[in-house]
Amino acid sequence: MRTMSSQGSQGAVAFDPNWKTILECAALEVFEIMAGVRLEISSSSEEQNGGETAMVGLAGALCGMVTLRCSRQSSVRLASRMLGEDGASNPSTARDALGELCNMIAGNFKGKISQLADRCMLSVPTVISGEDYSMSATDPSQGVTITLLFDGEPICLSLIIQN
Amino acid sequence: MKSLRVLIVDDSSVMRKIVERALRQAGLNVSELLEASNGAEALAEVQKGALDIILSDINMPVMDGLEFLKHLAALDSAKGIPVVMITTEGSEARVVEALSAGARGYLRKPFTPEQVRERVAPLLGGNQ
Repeated sequence: MRTMSSQGSQGAVAFDPNWKTILECAALEVFEIMAGVRLEISSSSEEQNGGETAMVGLAGALCGMVTLRCSRQSSVRLASRMLGEDGASNPSTARDALGELCNMIAGNFKGKISQLADRCMLSVPTVISGEDYSMSATDPSQGVTITLLFDGEPICLSLIIQN
Repeated sequence: MKSLRVLIVDDSSVMRKIVERALRQAGLNVSELLEASNGAEALAEVQKGALDIILSDINMPVMDGLEFLKHLAALDSAKGIPVVMITTEGSEARVVEALSAGARGYLRKPFTPEQVRERVAPLLGGNQ
């Protein structure tokens, strides 16, 4: 699925509320192909603050960040689905696997938006462990958050755009 | 079925494992798997001995995948080794650049084992 969105005078691509659907689609594809799981989209905005948070920065025509948050147990289960026993036995591998999932979701998302594919760069993924932190973006910013359910556990995916 | 010596080049050890797993799930007969975390390390591996195929990321520190392709083209010992690029970016321009620099194919993440087989098997001279 590809979409077009309005473009600002300086080459920046403006936030489009329809990106929520595209982000959902990009995420579901990545989880299904790489981890072999078909996740459900939660209708509630259940928060998942704990465990592990993977982040990938966006720069260029779109500036911001994609974040993926889940519990430590979920990150280990996802990693074992992606890598077999290797993923379950090493916490560092599980964190790296979550970072790669976030990276692929960000790449898949921008690949579905024709104006971003060639004009938006991704950073290498970073993963934060723990719960005692808060994130804030410099105003003005916009974004969407979706909650996916993996074996009943929430996985929160956010796209935060700097205007 | 010929057994394969494969070089996987990616700065992420997890991605190298994912690619290895996908190659095996694709039914390719990988007998020896070599790994490098950037283009410079990959060039050193290439010079050590014969490889059947190289799968390389594009975005890497030290030497990226495109620079690696340019150096590889200048190596006599690398003549005929097919290279498949792996990218997260949805950038057509980067793919075109890689193919122009000598890559024989590309895989876009996320990829299935079937897609890996479709891209890799035809480059192995009918041995898979």
